[in-house]
Amino acid sequence: MTTFIDGLSLGSIYALIALGYTMVYGIAKMLNFAHGDVIMVGAYAIFSTLAVTGHPLVGVLVAVVICTVLGVVMEKLAYKPLRGASPLAVLITAIGVSYLLQSIAQLIYGSKSRAITLGNFESIKIGSVSISSATIITLAVGAVIMVTLTLFVKYTKVGRAMIAVSEDRGAAALMGINVNFIITITFAIGCCLAAAAGLFYLLQIPSVTPTLGSMPGIKAFTAAVIGGIGSIPGAMLGGILLGVIEKICLSIPVLAPYTTAIEFSLLIVILLVKPIGLLGKKRREKV
Amino acid sequence: MAEIVLETKDLGISFGGLKAVQNVNLKIEKNQLYGLIGPNGAGKTTVFNMLTGVYKPTTGTFYLCGEELKGKSQEAINHKGIARTFQNIRLFNNMSVIRNVLVGLHNQPEFKCSPVTSMLKLPKHYDTEVRMRERAKEILKIFDLYEERNNLACNLPYGKQRKLEIARALATNPKLLLLDEPAAGMNPNETEELMKTVRFIRDEFDITVLLIEHDLKFVSGLCDEVTVLNFGTALYQGKVNDALNDPEVVKAYIGG
Amino acid sequence: MNLIKNIKANTKPKYFTNYIIVAVMLAVTLTMKMTGNLARSNATLLAQISYSIILAVSLNLVVGFLGELSLGHAGFMCVGAYLGCFVANMLHEFISSPLLVLIISMVVGGVVAAVFGFIIGLPALRLKGDYLAIVTLAFGEIVRTIFKNLKAFGGALGLDSTRYKGNLFVVGFVVVLVTLFIIQNIVRSKHGRAITAIRDNEIAARAMGINVTYYKLFVFVVAAFFAGVAGVIYGHFATPVLYSFFSYNYSIEILVMVVLGGMGNITGSIIAATAITFINFQLQTRLSGDLAALKFLVYALILIVVVIFNNAPALSAVREKFSIRRFLKSKRHPSEVHDDEAAWDRVPTKIRMDEVLSVDVIVDDPYTPDKKDPTTKGGSN
Repeated sequence: MTTFIDGLSLGSIYALIALGYTMVYGIAKMLNFAHGDVIMVGAYAIFSTLAVTGHPLVGVLVAVVICTVLGVVMEKLAYKPLRGASPLAVLITAIGVSYLLQSIAQLIYGSKSRAITLGNFESIKIGSVSISSATIITLAVGAVIMVTLTLFVKYTKVGRAMIAVSEDRGAAALMGINVNFIITITFAIGCCLAAAAGLFYLLQIPSVTPTLGSMPGIKAFTAAVIGGIGSIPGAMLGGILLGVIEKICLSIPVLAPYTTAIEFSLLIVILLVKPIGLLGKKRREKV
Repeated sequence: MAEIVLETKDLGISFGGLKAVQNVNLKIEKNQLYGLIGPNGAGKTTVFNMLTGVYKPTTGTFYLCGEELKGKSQEAINHKGIARTFQNIRLFNNMSVIRNVLVGLHNQPEFKCSPVTSMLKLPKHYDTEVRMRERAKEILKIFDLYEERNNLACNLPYGKQRKLEIARALATNPKLLLLDEPAAGMNPNETEELMKTVRFIRDEFDITVLLIEHDLKFVSGLCDEVTVLNFGTALYQGKVNDALNDPEVVKAYIGG
Repeated sequence: MNLIKNIKANTKPKYFTNYIIVAVMLAVTLTMKMTGNLARSNATLLAQISYSIILAVSLNLVVGFLGELSLGHAGFMCVGAYLGCFVANMLHEFISSPLLVLIISMVVGGVVAAVFGFIIGLPALRLKGDYLAIVTLAFGEIVRTIFKNLKAFGGALGLDSTRYKGNLFVVGFVVVLVTLFIIQNIVRSKHGRAITAIRDNEIAARAMGINVTYYKLFVFVVAAFFAGVAGVIYGHFATPVLYSFFSYNYSIEILVMVVLGGMGNITGSIIAATAITFINFQLQTRLSGDLAALKFLVYALILIVVVIFNNAPALSAVREKFSIRRFLKSKRHPSEVHDDEAAWDRVPTKIRMDEVLSVDVIVDDPYTPDKKDPTTKGGSN
């Protein structure tokens, strides 16, 4: 049971990252490889502000602002010039951006991991199960964010414009939607979510390294693919599924060393059996 | 009665619940120029996509010279003898004109050459390459593209790109050639020339042509028989001249 | 003789550029070695350069010619290194000649890696682009995790391999020549045309009867084979063979070589692989600790700047202006291209390194450029 709850909490981190991936993929039609590293930037932002002000909440606010700005800058400088170019070119650039962020962080903060304390989180006992309050915060905030996002996309003008752009960029542009603006907004939202994910990551593993984002980033992409890329509920489902599977594997001694291998094998199997993911929509390539 | 090259039986496909095409029955004789016409969204290109294996038909089947090809892959169908062009030209843009045709020649039995032979550059490799180039040049000469053979395909003018696409399709040595809106975007002179080209290749390559076209003048000037599709079903089948007098067809085209 | 005529018609002096480059490198270094002017550390560097070239050229086949991104090249190398060195360790008891052991282990490492290439190529049949990239990345990580936990291969401590007693770099460069021979021959054959056709327009390639599945698998298997061979060479001077070396970062390093040298440009890959390995080697001793990140910073900038410069639609005028070909005052008409040329970009640019460096050209008869410039462009996507 504890394993399951832990899995849920890890899963909601993955889900938050996967949401960013899925939105950017659905709307800008590109895999933002650097998305995981935005989490790292968020984590370092919290780390730095905490060191200066000593207040976690300020740290979170600063992280959100920095990541959002970073998302916009990244999009404008690296990806926008390549709009209309080969997808392979965009993907390679994204890998470059990911490397850039990691190496800058390493030059500033060094490659050693630094411990960080975000306060004391007591365990709460519910029946026979004890749950860390950090886990509860993660789950609660994660749920709120996901619901808000779903409502935002469904019921606001910008949200609906996002759906339009993801369906057909050209047609959306003809309908008077500013496609560039929508893509920028999408990056901003995705990176904002990544900042939140950075916070939750620190609640679980309270130390920062320049590469902390890359593995969760790749796993979250796996989650997004499992859930069906481009689908918001899919990203949540995939994230939580992956988190639970990871924790279950880790709790079984025989499987524990192979956890990463199992997760990635799952990705390969899903892609082979159901390439559109669990909740993805089928798209036909027009001939 | 002449040999039947293409026969479709109750060919149909649905996407989700939508029946995009249903009950299409075509019978095309050898060396015929057959037209497939109809308003936008009638399902013409979908029929092409089924005949070339891009989509798998959900109902019915089709035969090329008596052989059932339903369910075969795109490659296999091309090997069996159906080649096509595309509504929006799909050339290998970053390759030269001659290279486009060479790719079309790739699967011809006389140019067979295993990867290992090529890897080791055995004499057969050289022999194949030389013969392929010669054949490609012959084809390009027929289409009056020989002079441009070293240009990038995307740098050709529009009309020549259309021609190159047909040349490339013919390089695969088909029995049946599917042309998807070959006259789209052409001016009257180019259309006139295209009509000549289509007749010429029918005779020169001894093939059968099925074509989709919006331009009724083009179709009536070229084809003997047509099928008119509307909302995925055949509205009219028969002689092209009678089609224009058929009240149903007129209604579908002009409305009312 | 007909054959000689055919060979003449199908061969251009430029076909030999790459062999000559590598052969000269080998000859110079071998002479230095003979005369005792080659330091031990430089021999190591040369071995590193040799396997880097093999890796870059084979990855170029996947990325530059097939147009699919593989982020698992280090994974194939890992498989080759572990299996090859495992076999070599066993063979040393029976075979006294280290060279023979090395050759056998290279074949074994290559073949096993090729089998893995086949397995990972299978999803490639259904996937492309980003999905395929992520699957290859996942594959690399899976392989690493497995070797980390296999006791037979030394587990987390790595596999103890035997250093090669002779001049490893000589063997390495000979293998480079073999790699170039095989891969360039593929690229310059009808099979190479089929592969670039898939890259250019997969739908059209299928409609032309090209067996896309077959060729994707073929490319993956060939590339994996050579990555495996490179792994065995690596394993013969780096001991122990450690799983952590073959990380995703290393796959990216190989990708940087390919991108820097120019996609679809084999000479470019050779030069870039040599340069990057050399710089790495120099930096290793000079940049200590966290400054090592500078290296990655440079890699990142190379990837971003080179790709944006070569592909951004808005920069096409700039590309035209700084065209290397223009710089060399080529007489070719701008719209003219030779039929073995492999321009990678979707928006064709006429200026990339490949056109000057390694373009494999078969010229037909002399051709006088058309005076009227074709202005109409057919959209085709």
